[in-house]
Amino acid sequence: MQRIGVFVCHCGTNIAATVDVKAVAEALSHEPGVVISQDYQYMCSESGQNLIKDAIKEHSLTGVVVCSCSPRMHENTFRKAAAAAGLNPYLVEIANIREQCSWIHKDIATATEKAVILGRAAVAKVHLNAPLTAGESPVVKRALVIGGGIAGIQTALDIAEAGFDVDIVEKEPTIGGKMAQIDKTFPTLDCAACILTPKMVECSQNERIHIHSFSEITDVKGFVGNFTVTIKKKARFVDETKCTGCGLCTEKCPMKKVPNEFNMGLDNRTAVYIPFAQAVPKVATIDPNYCLMLKTGKCGVCSKVCSVGAIDYKQTDKLVEEKYGAIVVATGFNPIKIDKYEEFAYSQSPDVVTSLELERLMNAAGPNGGTLLRPSDKTHPHTIVFVQCVGSRCDDEKGKPYCSKICCMYTAKHAMLIREKYPDTDVYVFYIDVRTPGKNFDEFYRRAVEQYGVHYIKGMVGKVTPRSDGKLEVQASDLLANEQLHIDADMVVLAAAIEPDKSARPLATMLTTQMDTNDFFTEAHPKLRPVESATAGIFLSGACQGPKDIPETVAQASAAAAKAIGLLCKNSITCNPCVAHSDELMCNGCSSCEKVCPYGAITYIDKEFRMPDRTTRIRRVASVNPAVCQGCGACTVACPSGAMDLNGFSNSQIMAEVDAICK
Amino acid sequence: MQEAMIKRAKELLADGTVDRVIGWKKGEFVYDHTPAVFTSAQDIEENFVCDELTSANLSKYLVKETVREGKVLAFLKPCDTYSFNQLVKEHRIDREKVYVIGIPGGPKLDIEKIKAKGITGILSVKNENYTLKIDTLYGASEMPFYEAVSEKCANCKSKKHVVYDELIGEDGDVLDSGRFETVEKLENMTAQERYDFWRSELSKCIRCNACRNVCPACTCEKCVFDNPSSGVENKAAADSFEENMFHIIRAFHVAGRCTDCGECSRVCPQNIPLHLLNRKFIKDINELYGTYQAGENTTDKAPLNDYKMDDCEANVVHERGVE
Repeated sequence: MQRIGVFVCHCGTNIAATVDVKAVAEALSHEPGVVISQDYQYMCSESGQNLIKDAIKEHSLTGVVVCSCSPRMHENTFRKAAAAAGLNPYLVEIANIREQCSWIHKDIATATEKAVILGRAAVAKVHLNAPLTAGESPVVKRALVIGGGIAGIQTALDIAEAGFDVDIVEKEPTIGGKMAQIDKTFPTLDCAACILTPKMVECSQNERIHIHSFSEITDVKGFVGNFTVTIKKKARFVDETKCTGCGLCTEKCPMKKVPNEFNMGLDNRTAVYIPFAQAVPKVATIDPNYCLMLKTGKCGVCSKVCSVGAIDYKQTDKLVEEKYGAIVVATGFNPIKIDKYEEFAYSQSPDVVTSLELERLMNAAGPNGGTLLRPSDKTHPHTIVFVQCVGSRCDDEKGKPYCSKICCMYTAKHAMLIREKYPDTDVYVFYIDVRTPGKNFDEFYRRAVEQYGVHYIKGMVGKVTPRSDGKLEVQASDLLANEQLHIDADMVVLAAAIEPDKSARPLATMLTTQMDTNDFFTEAHPKLRPVESATAGIFLSGACQGPKDIPETVAQASAAAAKAIGLLCKNSITCNPCVAHSDELMCNGCSSCEKVCPYGAITYIDKEFRMPDRTTRIRRVASVNPAVCQGCGACTVACPSGAMDLNGFSNSQIMAEVDAICK
Repeated sequence: MQEAMIKRAKELLADGTVDRVIGWKKGEFVYDHTPAVFTSAQDIEENFVCDELTSANLSKYLVKETVREGKVLAFLKPCDTYSFNQLVKEHRIDREKVYVIGIPGGPKLDIEKIKAKGITGILSVKNENYTLKIDTLYGASEMPFYEAVSEKCANCKSKKHVVYDELIGEDGDVLDSGRFETVEKLENMTAQERYDFWRSELSKCIRCNACRNVCPACTCEKCVFDNPSSGVENKAAADSFEENMFHIIRAFHVAGRCTDCGECSRVCPQNIPLHLLNRKFIKDINELYGTYQAGENTTDKAPLNDYKMDDCEANVVHERGVE
């Protein structure tokens, strides 16, 4: 005979304000098997837990139902309490009457009725709960960082510092990411390369860090502590181990008209190239879309000039499989494409540029050697108009609904740098709001206005029209003065919104992590677990989780590293005992479950069975490896005969819940 | 055709290639051909039959036959080879233990369609230039051949053998059949009309289990309908369970594995068009996940058991279900 205790939590007023908790406790006390039903203000508090522990002992409970918040919140708390009182922790069931009930209903009668139903379902389930024992699985003491921008670099350095091996997988030929393209950083105006490149070098020199550049993730299997990741090392047609980065091939390459991505296409590079002087690894890469040898079979100049024989036109993509205990995602961001904003004439005039393009135009290593010149005629611009929020805070489909966060600050930086270097230049900034919270940020913006005389105008630019005399006619509105403005500008700079890198979504699918509607990775808890994904063992670093500036990115990168180190320090982790198992007498051996298992936990064995007529028969049956199974339940729904079942969430338990709800 | 098959079967038995032969044998009535296992040349000589009335799909019988010792010769029509492949893919048939001879398919006749013409007491049925000459207890009768062709042959999807060790006759091609036309008609009904249609059809069910027992996709060691702990066990038509659930559960169980062999409707004594449920699933799978033919080979991943990056999102499936 089951002896079940029901404990209804008020959660202060979180539940009690919309659910009549006393009525719920009273209603559930009449359910079959329930011997005690109580309510309490905070069930998760120590005295609340003691209430449960005492009841388990006093009433010899065989099952506990806690009507409270989401099991993601306090299931563990109550399981531990039950275990402390001598009850198997898996005999505790949670009825979520907060997130799924009190928070979403306004009417007390409705919410109370629903809370009773949810409680009844949990009681029906706990009747069928079986005691379970958790096993342990080992942790691979190696981390993977996906993305080699400043976020990935910082995370990798911190993990390596703690004494663990860490691999960086970067899709470009060099690590460094967006920060490598930036000229100066706000609010201190120090040179980005000067603070970034030493970290890049540190990565390459640290013997615990292994950089897979020009590589992508193609497959992820396994689970926390034991991921198996397939890395595709794309063919760069240069032997990384031989290339010294001398650059002779890039000088001699006859194909010199390839748009240079690093300079945002503002100048050209050769078909064999090293993205920039401080690239890490400093190894040449051949672009197969432009290389004459690879396209036509005629050339081979680079191969002839290379003194170490590093050029290998026959190189192919290579797949490498590695095992990791923890994975940190640091896939970063990109500015959105702004071709759709025809009003700003970006596609019509080369003098309309994005802010990242301006970074390159002003950078000493950029196409103009650091002198700001108009891309069209290489003359010095005298009037520059900055347009903020191009695609940010946008309610139509062209842009993004969110604030890109970094644009206000970098635009103030650009305006200030231009006024500092070229005081004869008029700078206008059109803004919706200026958002500069952060240490020394607002002071920075005010300096641009007050000290450098940048014209900040609240309003939007309506139209940019390239004129035949080379000027850009900017029509805009000044909302504060309530007047229309016409400015003859030499250049227009657009602060394009930022979006997550396109590689993020397929990666999220491989990692089984969640994303929001904008393709930013979702953190496990927005306040309390900001660097963990909801999937155990997967951590988030930098702008892949949301728009961030460099200081924030670095802070989050180190936080993600700390979380990963915390995991890697453990020798083993407790497994989830809620795993699948197959009823061999019912199993057809059809392989449906094996095909849907994302963890590769299912294998098949030929097993001898005694048949009813006393003969023996060898049958092919499924066998689940409980250390690998993560209890996702995919196999139980794929199994045509119903032979697969999940501990703790058995088909009969779920049907009992459904029956209780429909009663 | 029948002579060639008998000759080859006897040869393969004699030279030891196979130990048994699975084919069809004559029944009490002329149209009563049933699947049978033959072990001797004499048995084959006397009882083996293959004509316009040997419709039964032999693939499923190989599940049990390949558990036994020795090798079995199976005569498979094109549609049966799809079922065969699907069962091999699901590890239900041991391919090594079967010698497959592909034979030409239909069109096979549906005796019910002949009887529906009021022709009874049938003694023999002969096809002469696409006119059926029917000899009955009450005299000779005749009808156009195509009016008696079975539903599954009228909408034949393929004349191609997807697996065989040798062929008798020629191999054909995959056909562009109109097999989804009726499904489209059902889709174009209102929800109420469709509900009424299925209620009127499924309420005829007498729960004889013939559809399940003949279905090559239904080979579970223990069927959920026979399993007291499955929650849907029900051995007799005790309530309206059949009307509401039995056929729907069965259609879901075989979804993505059904090759559209049409056996369910063929054997249904109540003439319920059960194949339409399965065809609806096949049509949906084709439209949502790209054309897929179960049993076409033994290697392709089934769309319902596979995840691809470009699979449609769940809301697409949901939206299609909204009236």
